[in-house]
Order: sequence, then structure tokens, then C-alpha cells
Amino acid sequence: MEQENNSRRKFLKAGVITGIAAAGSLGVIEVLSQDEHKKKGDTVKLLSPDGKLIEVDSSQINPEMPEMVLSQHNLREGVPGKKFVMVIDLSKCKNAGKCKSACSKMHYLPEDRSYIKINKMQDAEKAAPYWMPTPCFHCDNPPCVKVCPVDATFKLTDGIVAIDNDRCIGCRFCMVACPYSARVFNWDTEFQLKPAEAKDIMHHEACSSHKTGTVEKCDFCPSHGAKNELPDCVKACPNGVFYFGDENEDVVSNGDETVRLSQLLKDKAGYRYMEDLGTKPRVYYLPAANRQFPFKEAEPATP
Amino acid sequence: MEPVKIKLDQSNELFRDLMPKKFGVQGRLWVAFLLLVILIGAFAYYRQLKYGLVVTDMRDFTSWGIYISNFVFFVAISLVGSLVSAILKLTNIAWRTPLVRISEIIAVAGITFAALIIIVDMGRPERFWHLFVYGRIQSPILWDVIVITTYFVISLLLLYIPLLPDIAICRDTMPDSLKWRKKFYTLLALNWRGTKQQYSLINKCIQILAVLVIPLALGIHTVTSWLFATTYRTGWDSSNFGPYFVAGAFQAGCAGVIAVMYVLRNHYNIKKYITPMHFNNMAKLLVLLSLIYLYFNINEYLVPGYKMKTADSEHLHALFTGSYAPLFWSVQIFGMILPIIVLLFRKGRKPLPVFIVSLCVVVGAWFKRFLIVIPTLLHPFIPIQGVPESWHHYIPTWEEWAITSASLAGALLVITIFVRLFPVISIWEMEEEKEKINQLPKQTQVYGA
Repeated sequence: MEQENNSRRKFLKAGVITGIAAAGSLGVIEVLSQDEHKKKGDTVKLLSPDGKLIEVDSSQINPEMPEMVLSQHNLREGVPGKKFVMVIDLSKCKNAGKCKSACSKMHYLPEDRSYIKINKMQDAEKAAPYWMPTPCFHCDNPPCVKVCPVDATFKLTDGIVAIDNDRCIGCRFCMVACPYSARVFNWDTEFQLKPAEAKDIMHHEACSSHKTGTVEKCDFCPSHGAKNELPDCVKACPNGVFYFGDENEDVVSNGDETVRLSQLLKDKAGYRYMEDLGTKPRVYYLPAANRQFPFKEAEPATP
Repeated sequence: MEPVKIKLDQSNELFRDLMPKKFGVQGRLWVAFLLLVILIGAFAYYRQLKYGLVVTDMRDFTSWGIYISNFVFFVAISLVGSLVSAILKLTNIAWRTPLVRISEIIAVAGITFAALIIIVDMGRPERFWHLFVYGRIQSPILWDVIVITTYFVISLLLLYIPLLPDIAICRDTMPDSLKWRKKFYTLLALNWRGTKQQYSLINKCIQILAVLVIPLALGIHTVTSWLFATTYRTGWDSSNFGPYFVAGAFQAGCAGVIAVMYVLRNHYNIKKYITPMHFNNMAKLLVLLSLIYLYFNINEYLVPGYKMKTADSEHLHALFTGSYAPLFWSVQIFGMILPIIVLLFRKGRKPLPVFIVSLCVVVGAWFKRFLIVIPTLLHPFIPIQGVPESWHHYIPTWEEWAITSASLAGALLVITIFVRLFPVISIWEMEEEKEKINQLPKQTQVYGA
């Protein structure tokens, strides 16, 4: 819990508000994401930093970033003050596939399509195979951004590698440049949104706006991040495989526990996939040691 | 040197033989055939525009297919313009004169369709202008756009400027009754009068362009190779790629010229000008270029094959012994070993065998580009899994074949129409050559022959 005390004000406040600081069991971001319970007029008891129990109106706590701000947000700038980062704990993954389906739902993709792949990996002949989910790594030295001829894919201040689907010419150079095969292409009109659905999508998520003949990929769900919420894949994982957070705050959470990023990487020997390529991914992995589940082959993919 | 005087009547053999002639039945059938192929391709492209790139067999892993390999083929074949009109010119090889225009029109047709096929490959072709408005110079695609455009312009000039005196001949001999054609040639001839000053100007121009086009030719194909070599992919991540591509391009282009000149020779009355000597010499050149290409191939496959790094080995095994082995070995044998062996023998350097071998080389060159582009994409670092079975392979759809065939037919049509409209061998340069030989002292002439 001392990690939380050291975290930035926003996280601390949120923690105090819900009294977890005392109870010390629930995750910070998890609670923040449950804000639908709160209505104006409700009061919430909470522990102030100096140890007093106080009661405040729920509308005063967890102020959301107004939709207006988000919708007017510049696609090419990123969420101010953030540096998004993800940690994937391979020891916990059993290919449940919930991250994929949540991703498909969130991004209005067909069910069999998602921005996350779950790959069977085996490091050596005698080593046991394991499952490795791969979203976009949002590299700090992104090969895809380097090769784009029209600046349709670019690095944001919050670390996200974003795509402007109104700019993309569909040359697919970024797809061959990405060593992790993270990018997908809208080969046909099938993935185009129906106008009714398009209305629901917030502007910042235009990053995945399914335009035929253009490239798309995992976008780290920036509109969630802006509201201190976790991306849907993180929330959906039943095993807490994904940790998501802010490098500036040095905090990541998988919904169940909120931990310090640097400590987690240190304690569990975090690494980045194919570090030698020099792409500097923003997604870290924790090795598949002390597995929680025995490896089980996947069902054959539906054709 | 005094400008050449060209007699414009039937007594002049050059004039009689080399002026463009109407197509016979065969010529018309050929044009009709090409138009049919282009029409089918246009229909396939209409379908692609309507339904999206889903009509191709390209998917998230094989995200580049035969459009891109065909593009590389076109760029490769277009390099021959610089080989014959520049390298052979600057090395003072006299027998090249009747081949210059043929190779230059191949270059122009090739580079034009390279540019067109790349637009066909784009997911959003209507946004092509983004390249010029939002272009970012660190992208190798931008380098390619710049260098291909420049090469296109220089190649067009290298075709057009030496053509001026011949266009003027067409203009001057065109009867007034054929109004439109007369106008066409008059417009293109740019008021050519054949003065000494004009001749010295175009000679200077040709000299400058010939020097300019060599670095550009190396440039276009090196940059094209960088589209692949600047990525991390196995099979592409190679510092050998630039020279490897350039060597392959010269070899394919040389074979391309041989094939075209054989066909022209048999359908036009130009056997006097394109002689067995030309086939003999071009065949020798093809042997040399094949040897150089073989050298780069050995570098490209033997070195990684010796180490067999994990990532490379899967890709190399697919080529050497796996699913791509039959194609790979056919291409290596028919496209590289066969010319080296057959053309070493004097009998092998007769027109017909040279033609057949050259066709093998050109077809091999097309499939060679296929083998460079596709197998690599099927072997990414994280193995392909959890996707529909069909995504593990790439078998081009009929639309892809139709569009690709149409582009090849289009290039051939450009060459065909050019041959119909203009003298395929430069009349004035041949006249100049003839005069040069006449002016030589007797002794030299004996040795020179």
C-alpha cells in the first residue's frame, strides 16, 4: 500500500475517496471505472489525507473529463500529461480470449477480428509452450511511423502510435515494416461502421474508424486512459494478465491490483519482445515463470 | 561535323526500310489481343475499386502481393534504357545504334506501368495526391516517387530528343491529304529543320542525358530494393539488396531487349540492321550480366543459408526444399544458369536460341520478384496463427492476374503503337554511322569491320 501513498495526487485522491487506502484490497482504477453507480446527491464517506472521516457529494469526486474536451481533442496530440504503458504477465495467460472479444466489442469489429492476437510461443525445443497476447506495442522508435509516406501514422505525446484513417493511402508499408505483425487492414467494406454505431464512437477513437482501404490497429483506447479508466481488454481479462497505466506516475493496474511499474518490472524480470530490434516498445512482458495454468492447445481456428 | 543529309525518297535504303508501316493482319490481331487483355484487366480493376482490395488474395500477413512484385519487375526491365543508350554509348560501342530506340521505348513503357501498378496496389488510390501534399521525406516510398518521376522524365527525353530528326522526316514525307497525322508530326517535331546548330544541340543533350541517366538508373532500383531492405523482415533485411536488385534488373532488361528486337526483326524489314552479330553481342552481354546476377544470388542465399539463423531458416527452407522450391529452382536454373551455359556456345548465340533463352530469362525475372516479395511475408517473426487457414497462403485471384496481365499488355501496347508511329531504328543516326564508316581511312575500315 505504500506504493499508492507515493503515487500522484489523482490516484491518491481516488484511493482515499473509496476508502481502499484503509481497506487495502481493491484496485484504484477498478473503482474509478465503476462510476456508473454514483449519482448526484449521493454522499460518500471517505478518509481524508490527515486521517479524518469526511462525507462529500459524489459529484465532487472523480470528476470526469467532459466529453466536449475529448471530442474536440486533437487527434495528433495525445492525452496531456500521460505516458501510457502496458505490462503483460505471461505466467497468468491461458488463452481465455476475453481480451480479444472485449477488444472486438469496444472497436465495433466483427467477432472473429480483434487488434490483439494470442500467440502460441515456445522459446526452445525442451521449453514448455506458453501463450503470448500481442497488442500494438506503441514503440517509442516505431518502424511503422518511420516508413509512412504521408504522416498518416504518428507518435503522440502520450506515447500512443495513432493512425489518421482520413490521411492513410493504403500502401501497407507500415504493415510490412512492423516486425510484430500488429497492424490489420480494412480489405473490404465489411468492417465499415453503420452510421448509427459511428455516432457512439467518441472522436478520439477515430484512430480505429474502420475506413475501407486503410490500416488500423490497437490504439490503447486513449479515451479510456484520459478518464483514468482501463482499456477494455485489461478489464475483460479474467486472470489479470494485462496491467495498464501511466509511466509518468509509475503506476500500472490490472483491475485487481495496482502496482508500481518500476517495482513490477524489477521484481518479475520484465522484458520487451525482441529488444534487439531497437524499436523500444511500450509494452513489457513478464516471463512465463511459475505458471498459473498448464498449457492447453487452442481449439482449431474457425475458417 | 556536318549534319547528315538524308535523301527522302525510295532510293534511300534506310528511308525505305525504316519508316513506320501499316500493320498487317498479324499486327492487327496482336493489337486486338492486347486490347482484349487490357479490357479484362480494366473490368477486374473496376471490381477492385467497387469491393475493395478484398477481391485480391492479399490479407493481413501477405499484405503485398503480385502487384508489388510486378512493380519491381517493371522497374527492373526499365533499367535497360540506361544500359543500352547510356552505358554502351559512353563506352563507344558502335553496334548499339539500331538497338537504342528499342531499349528506350521499353524503358519508358516499363517505368510508366511501374507507376500505374503502384496506384493499383493502393487501398485508397483517390488519395494519391496525399503523397505530394503530405509527403514525408524519411519514407522510402517518397524516395521512390522522386527517383521514378525523375527517371521517367529523363528516359522520355532520351527517347524523344534523338527522335526529333526522324519525326521531322515523318512530317515532311506525310502527304498533305492526311491532315491529322501531318499535324501530329508537325507538333511533335518542334520545328526541326536539321541545321548544324540543331544537330550539335541534340548531340550535346544526348551526351548529358546519357551521363545523367546512369546514376538515376542505379538510383531507382536501389531505392526500390530499399522498400524491402529498410524493414526487419527475414529475406529482406540485407545490405546486399541494392546491388542484387540492380544486377537482376540489368540482366532482365538485356533479355527484354533481345526478345523485343527478335520479334521486330521478324515482322519488319529490318534484318539488314539487326543482324546475327547483334544477337551474338547481346548474348555475350547477357552471359556477363547473368554471371554478375548469379554472384549476387549466391551472396544473398548462401551466406544466410550457411548460418541458418532461426528466423531465416524457415524462410530459406520454404525456398530451398519447401513449398516454394519448384518455383525457386526453376527460376534459378532457367533464369540464370541456362543463359550462362547456352550462350557460351557460338551455336547458342544464333538469333533463335538467344530469343528463347531471353524469354526464359524475362519470365524467370518476373517470378523471381514474386519469390522475393511473397515468401518473406509468409514468415513473420511471430508465426502466423489463429487466423483463417487461407491466410497462411497466398494464391493470387483472377482479378490480380487479370490486372497484372493488363499492365504487361499495356506496356507491350505502348511499344507496339510507338513502332507503328515512329521509325523503330533511328534513321539519322544510322545515316551518321554510315558516313562515319565511309570517312574512315581504308586501312582502319578493314580492321574495323
